[in-house]
Formats: sequence, C-alpha cells, structure tokens
Amino acid sequence: MNHVREEWLIKGATVAGGPPGPVDIHLAGGAIAAIGAGLAAPGARVVDAAGLIALPGLVDLHTHLREPGREDAETVETGTRAAALGGFTAVHAMANTMPVADTAGVVEQVWRLGEQAGYADVRPVGAVTLALAGTQLAELGAMADSAARVRVFSDDGHCVADPLLMRRALEYVKAFGGVIAQHAQEPRLTEGAQLNEGEVASRLGLAGWPAAAEEAIIARDCLLAAHTGSRLHVCHVSTAGSVEILRWAKSKGWHVTAEVTPHHLLLTDERAVGYDPVFKVNPPLRTAADVEALRAALADGTIDAVATDHAPHPLEAKEAEWAEAAMGMTGLETALRVVQLAMVDTGLLDWAGVADRMSVRPARIGQASGHGQPVAAGAPASLALYDPQAAPEPVDPSVHASKSRNSPFRGMALPGRVVATFLRGTATVIDGKVTR
Amino acid sequence: MNKHLISAADLTREDAILVLDTAAELASVAGRPIRKLPTLRGRTVVNLFYEDSTRTRTSFELAAKRLSADVVNFSAKGSSVAKGESLKDTALTLEAMGSDAIVIRHPASGAPHRLAGWVTGTVVNAGDGTHEHPTQALLDAFTMRQRLVGRSASPGAGGSADDNARGAALDGLRVTIVGDVLHSRVARSNVLLLSTLGAHVTLVAPPTLVPYAVEAWPCQVSYDLDAELGKSDVVMMLRVQNERMTAAYFPTIREYRRRYGLDSGRMALLPEHAIVMHPGPMNRGVEIAADVADSPRSTIVEQVANGVTVRMAVLYLMLGGAEEGL
Repeated sequence: MNHVREEWLIKGATVAGGPPGPVDIHLAGGAIAAIGAGLAAPGARVVDAAGLIALPGLVDLHTHLREPGREDAETVETGTRAAALGGFTAVHAMANTMPVADTAGVVEQVWRLGEQAGYADVRPVGAVTLALAGTQLAELGAMADSAARVRVFSDDGHCVADPLLMRRALEYVKAFGGVIAQHAQEPRLTEGAQLNEGEVASRLGLAGWPAAAEEAIIARDCLLAAHTGSRLHVCHVSTAGSVEILRWAKSKGWHVTAEVTPHHLLLTDERAVGYDPVFKVNPPLRTAADVEALRAALADGTIDAVATDHAPHPLEAKEAEWAEAAMGMTGLETALRVVQLAMVDTGLLDWAGVADRMSVRPARIGQASGHGQPVAAGAPASLALYDPQAAPEPVDPSVHASKSRNSPFRGMALPGRVVATFLRGTATVIDGKVTR
Repeated sequence: MNKHLISAADLTREDAILVLDTAAELASVAGRPIRKLPTLRGRTVVNLFYEDSTRTRTSFELAAKRLSADVVNFSAKGSSVAKGESLKDTALTLEAMGSDAIVIRHPASGAPHRLAGWVTGTVVNAGDGTHEHPTQALLDAFTMRQRLVGRSASPGAGGSADDNARGAALDGLRVTIVGDVLHSRVARSNVLLLSTLGAHVTLVAPPTLVPYAVEAWPCQVSYDLDAELGKSDVVMMLRVQNERMTAAYFPTIREYRRRYGLDSGRMALLPEHAIVMHPGPMNRGVEIAADVADSPRSTIVEQVANGVTVRMAVLYLMLGGAEEGL
C-alpha cells in the first residue's frame, strides 16, 4: 500500500529524545527528508505541530485483532484503525484467532489483511503449539519463512505450561531468530481463577489468581532461556514479584525481555468491587503495590515495553455475570494517554523514555523492520504527533474505532491526544481522525 | 435501608436491628389461626433461582405469601450462558412482566450486583456463588438474639425472651464459625453482619479453607477447634462437601471429622448456655454428629422457622410495607 506518496511539512514539533525546542520535519518519499528549524517545502501539506511531541510510530507487541473468526469483536481493518488513532504504526496480531494462527496459511492471511487495510503494519504472531493446545509444536519454521515473516511466537491466552515443550520451543526458534512470548500462568494454580488472589477477591467471593502462578512460570522460563541460550519475552507482567525475577534474570545477562499493559500500570483489583466484567482481564488487575512496582520497572528498563493486550469483546460477552464474562480490555486508542498519566505526569519517564518503551524496544523485540527508529533524517516517516497538553477528557468508548466497547477507562479523564499518525509518509490520522 | 439487599455490609447496625425487631413482631403472626397479612397485596415477588435450593426458595415463597404478595418461581438451572438466555434478558423480561422484587439465587458471585444494575425493582440476594447470603446471616442473628440475648434479664419468663431483646444487638457475643469458610457465602455474610451487631466472630478451619488475606476481615481465625469451644456462646458448623477432599483441601473426610467435626465429646467443651447452629443442609456424621444435631442445644430447626419470619421482615421493609403498619 502507500503507493501514492504524500508530502508533509510538520511545523514546530518537539522530537521525543531530540534536541530541546521545536523543529520542522519534512516527510517525502516515505521517509523523513529533512529535520531542522525553518524548513520550507513548497507543495507539501503543512501540519501545525506547535506544542506537539513527535514520537516514532508506536509498536504494539500484543494486539488481538480477532480476525479470522471473531469479526463481530474486531477485524484487522477496525483494529488497525484503532491502532492508528492510538499513534501506532505496527501491531503484533496474536495467534488466538479461529482458526488459530498456527500455520503459514493463517499468518499470511492476517498479514495480507493488514496490507490491504493500510492503517498500520500487521505483524502476525504465530502459535507455539498446534491449536494452542500445549501438546505439539506448530510449524514454527513454516510461519517464519512465510510472507508474514513471523518472528514472535506465542500461545497467548494459554501458557506453554509443559516445561519440556517450552524448552524445545525456546531452542527451536533460534534457527530463525525467533522469540517465544510466554503467557505466564501456571494452569493448576489458576483453575477457575477470576481475580487477583487478595483481599478484594476474598471479600467478593471470587476464585483467586495468585501472583505466584505467574512468577513461578517466569522464573522457570528465565532458567530455561539461560540454559538454552534462547530469547524469552514475557507477556503482560502483572506482579511485583515478577519484576524482581526479571530484574535478577537481566542482571545475569540472560536474553529476557518483558512487557506491561497500560491497564496494569493504572488500575487495581479494587475496580472489581461492582462485579463489572469490563474490569475482568487475564492476568487480573493486581494491587496498588504491584502497580507501583510495574511503573518503577518500566521506568528503569527492567520491563522493556508497554504492550496493550488490546482484547476486544462484543457487548454480550461483558454483559454477564463476572464468572461467565470474557476476559480482556481494549487498549489501543487509550494506551499513550494512560502512559502519560501513569508514567510521564508522575515524573517516572520522559518522552524519550516513552519513545523507547513504546516504539524502539518493542520494534526490536518483534524485529519489526522499519519501525522503532529515532525521528531523524533518513528514517522511515512513521511517526506520531501527540499533544500532552490537551485538556483531560473522559474516555468515551462509543466513539472508538475499535468494534468493541470494553474499555476499562470509560469515563476516566485521561490527559493528552494523538493528533496525527504517519505510516511511511502517509497520514493515517490527521487532527485526531483517521484519514479515510 | 438500602434499596437492595445484596451484601450484609449493606445493613447498618440500625438497619439490622430494625429487621430483627420487625421479624420478632411478625413472628407473632405465625401463631395466629390465619397466618397472613395483607401488607404486600398486589405486589409481585419473583424467586429467580439458578441453583436448586428447595429450602431457601420455599422459605422466601412462604414469606412473600404470608404478606399476601403474588409469588412467581422462576427456576433456571445451570448457568445463564448454558441455558441460552442471558441474565440480563431474563431480568428485563421479569421486570416487563411487572415484578416489584427479584429474589435471586445464583452460582456466580456478584450476579445480584449485575441484576440490580439492569432492573428498577428491588433485588434480594438469596445466595450468590461463594460471595454472600445476607438473609441467612439475618436469620442466624435473629436466632442468636432469641436464644441468648435478653433471656438472663427475665429468668423464667420463657417465651417472652425476645421481647426483652427488642432493640438489642449482639454485643459481646462470642460466635465460632467452623468449616469451609473459603467457599461459604454464609460465613462471609455472618462475619459482616455479626460484627456490625457487636459480636466477636472466630473462624475455625483447616488453613486450606481459610480465605486468602482474611486478616482484613473483622474476625479472628483459629485452626484449633478444641481451643475455641470453651469460650464460645455460639458454634456454627458449615457444610463440608466431599469434592473438597478431591481438590486436596484436606486428606480425607475421616480426618476432617476428627479435627473439625462437632461430636458429643466436643459439644461437652461448650459452656452450658452455648448453642449449636447449622445453616443446612447438614452432612450428619461429617461436620456434625447426629446426636449433636438433635440435641437441645441445636437450633437447626428453629433457624428454618426463623428464616421465614426474617425474610418476611426483609420483604416487608424493602417493599415499603412500613407505611401501612402491621
């Protein structure tokens, strides 16, 4: 896509991680042609970016686009529109579709749908095991060699619980530079689990999801990654204990990376007191102490990336009893605003840090070529313009581009606004609206 | 009173005493030749039961009928999803048919909360999952007050004991609740209500059946039943299900009975005035020995009778019968 090359002149933006003070950015031929003060580009469309921050296009390592199979919840097109509105230029589409993305055919289908939609690059994630059943490896090599060039493999939604299978998977993907992204959840310790095992779950009579069930798997997998010299990525880290284990593993020099979701950076299990399943998610919302530890870990780099775990569900899947309701929350359209509230406005991370954790590092982990590069001349013109001074506005999921409305931030006044997003020089979002 | 009765925490101390006093008043109706009051004539109460519970459903049904309400029993076995109609749709349907109150029993914790968000009428929780069962706690408190409060103030006064208890709470009463607290909605509601009423609650269970973070609850916890019995005014035994054994909460029913069952030997450790309670249905020979269940200390049958009057009081107060008087 992007056959029609657009030309843009962004006036007066502040580049995250760049020199202080406003600069102009000239986008032409799909790349950043020039960057500097007082640029002129006759014929280019001009964006007044005074007060805006220019970030490299955000990269999401963890997105559920639901297609094929659950087009009632989301499609590649609606999901990537939501991504663009959130400032993302690349998303990694999780494998738990119907059929499961466990063959070259399915990952190529998802990849092509992303190409056709053109709002963001879709990088399919391949299943580790056939049908996510946890018993037999999927054809990881075929998916790696396919047109989708899969490099991230995950049974997300399910843990690769069998330690031998996990070891083999970690080893096997070394042949093509892959990484296993683990959904860390010891299944026996979490049978029927509904909410973080703690004071709130006990009071509400909801079966507990103990932190130890996440931490035990992370500890095991870090040891396996070390033993085999493989790369491990840990999905949606949610507990203070997990952070300690990751910090220890990284201190050893092991190839372990990790992500945290926006919702785990902001919300706690206290949200469940009304039994509204919009707050039901896996791993569950944890305690304020966990939130604090996750923020600190993202700030010091122990956690490498913010990943949305955008998990759209149709209305009826959430209009139910807590135990019956689906797990998951939408997040693409609110991620950057939540990160501003949780990390920037608290002084834990500057905008260069946001660019690093939401673009540079996730692109590196996902090997998303052409993404996660600093906003500089010669780089692909994939970037987002963000207004951190925009008056906080309550989140209204009914206007989201996502097909689903299950945002846990409904009604919360979040700061900031994504003003524009460019994918290789083509505007996908201008003035906070998708361009087509 | 709140509009709904979903958690025992919805009740202030004054609310709870009002329910108990109203129940005491209504109890006199049970002794009349015609045991019916016209208070809720023309009102419709729906018993929406997603779990089999003949005992609780019948109790609510009798309570509503004795207040002359129209009663509809709506049984929907299994989960709403399995059944094909969502709880929300069922709720909207019942409301469209003109229900004034929905009494709900549901296997999912929090189902009454959800229901209350979808209907305009009153919701009464008749037991939700492993969360709460507030009317059971009210009938238990009523039974405790009837048996143990005010009685000493009028020695020999016999049946008039609860007249002296009118307006009283349960201050200082020592209540020991024994068994599967983790999965017990009865225990959760009792801990909340009894502490509101000033009683001192101690939970006794094997550590596997004590809820995580129980330190936050307004009660004490012990693993040693024998150590607690001598200082208990009330001992309440909870039902223990066989499947807890297969889930490794304890090794065998036999060992559970040995460590946490109430037999006549253990009952002898209780103070002379202490009573033995059980919310039912009992597993005779497991958590409670048959001779204990049938002993004069046992209030198990009284609890059932009190259940009807307490539920009458709840429906009466919540459906606004108060303005018509008794």
